[in-house]
Amino acid sequence: MDTYSIFRQIADSWVLLAMFLFFIFTVLWVFRPGSKELHKDAAQAPFRHDDQPAQDTEEARQ
Amino acid sequence: MWDYLKLVIYGLIAILAAIASTYARDLAYLVHAILVVAIAAGLFIYTLRRMGHEKPAISGYLDAPIRVGVALTAFWGVVGFLVGTYIAFMLAFPEMNFAWAEGYLNFGRLRPLHTSAVIFAFGGTALITSSFYVVQRTTGARLWNDGLAWFVFWGYQIVILLAATGYILGSTQSKEYAEPEWYTDIWLTLVWVGYLVLFMGTLMKRKEPHIYVANWFYLSFIITIAMLHVVNNLSIPVSVFGSKSVQVFAGVQDAMTQWWYGHNAVGFFLTAGFLGMMYYFIPKQAERPVFSYKLSIIHFWALIFLYIWAGPHHLHYTALPDWASTLGMVFSVVLWMPSWGGMINGLMTLSGAWDKLRTDPIIRMMVVSVGFYGMSTFEGPMMSIKAVNSLSHYTDWTIGHVHSGALGWNGMITFGMLYFLFPKLWNKAGLYSLRLVSWHFWLATIGIVLYAASMWVTGIMEGLMWREVDAQGFLVNSFADTVAAKFPMYLVRGFGGVLYLTGALIMAYNLWMTVRRAPLDESAPATAAAE
Repeated sequence: MDTYSIFRQIADSWVLLAMFLFFIFTVLWVFRPGSKELHKDAAQAPFRHDDQPAQDTEEARQ
Repeated sequence: MWDYLKLVIYGLIAILAAIASTYARDLAYLVHAILVVAIAAGLFIYTLRRMGHEKPAISGYLDAPIRVGVALTAFWGVVGFLVGTYIAFMLAFPEMNFAWAEGYLNFGRLRPLHTSAVIFAFGGTALITSSFYVVQRTTGARLWNDGLAWFVFWGYQIVILLAATGYILGSTQSKEYAEPEWYTDIWLTLVWVGYLVLFMGTLMKRKEPHIYVANWFYLSFIITIAMLHVVNNLSIPVSVFGSKSVQVFAGVQDAMTQWWYGHNAVGFFLTAGFLGMMYYFIPKQAERPVFSYKLSIIHFWALIFLYIWAGPHHLHYTALPDWASTLGMVFSVVLWMPSWGGMINGLMTLSGAWDKLRTDPIIRMMVVSVGFYGMSTFEGPMMSIKAVNSLSHYTDWTIGHVHSGALGWNGMITFGMLYFLFPKLWNKAGLYSLRLVSWHFWLATIGIVLYAASMWVTGIMEGLMWREVDAQGFLVNSFADTVAAKFPMYLVRGFGGVLYLTGALIMAYNLWMTVRRAPLDESAPATAAAE
């Protein structure tokens, strides 16, 4: 088989499956137990270090 | 030691470029070689004069390039809108292609100048600048390397300079949105690798445990643009002393590569990068966290998984195989969902604070921007459907669609970003005038509405005129008939452009006066401005 057809076949089968599974996994991973607290904390990130880098401030988080 | 090395590098570049200029095979290459000599010599003198001086201690965030960047963003915006408005009137009044400027300032030369000025100069500078700001604030870390940050910033401006002068002088490889010739492409690749290293380096030394979602969008924008740019610009120069190059791909492969690039430039430059802005600046301006962080993560993964396949919808009914254009169409339609998920996430961030829409013109601007994001990400999938595309393709509808996305979504969110950042960066209590922001908001919004509505009318009209056949099966209209019929709508479009440009000029004035006149913010720590 020529290179194009080989690539085409791999892309149409295993690569497609792998990418689809990866995508489904990322979506499920978002809803894993315990993610709620983490996401709540991450969503606050823009409000923490407005004026100074973390290492310069006393209240640097752990 | 590093200063000595810099002197050697600048000196070598200046000498090599000077030699190259004497062998130049075309005008564009000659002018570019001279520009490079001037820039390298200028940097040589600048470095020489500062040698041995005490370096200021490094502390706080690196905000100096951001200050230059926001100012340049406003400047490039005005330039890009001005050229755009001018060429809009050129289409209505072809006499504006003056005989004395033929070959330099005719429509064909000015059109890429407009598109690159708004996308890459205005949009690109906005993206680089805002990413520098956002990545520092959301990681709690200073940019990884000061010198590299300046290199990325000014290196990108040099790309803009070479591209813009190149278009006027006829140096182009004729690939839409990738017009610059080979040496500009190589230089952009170097700058972009530097950008990636800088961004990754900053993320790695972050003080926050989690990488905030805006940075994911910025990072996907940086990585994907690197990949797209390198593959789409694979070309072999005819001579190292000339600006002409020959593409490696040919025929339909070249067309597909170009629109794989072209559509993902929309997807990752104008969408992913600007979504990074949305996910930072809307929560900041609304003073509340994003509506759903989970949704933002799903938005991210769905968007990058789907967007990359949508390119073939630019090539319906061409030599492209049917399966490829069907693939492009299907993925474009599926893409509608994550896009609207993102829009809802942006809009709902204001839930519980909707009253701000009445009092804060900046948040109003951002909300309208997200509204236009939603509108154009509905319109786009619809136009990618083959049956619709057979009517809309090659008509002004496409141009209207692009501009509701670019002026509405990209423009408005960038204006919101600028209005947010100017007082912060110059340590001011607020903007010079909120009334002027309101003026800008209404001028820009009405301008876009006029632009999009007139393009719908002329686009659908000319699409219908092109396909109209009489009882014998002959075409009814000649091409010139459609051009004549479009004239009134071209005037409306031009007027919409004038309104949008006027709004941008008001913004530039307002931002300038904010720096000059607005009162200082007494509550902020003094270190923010001193650097």
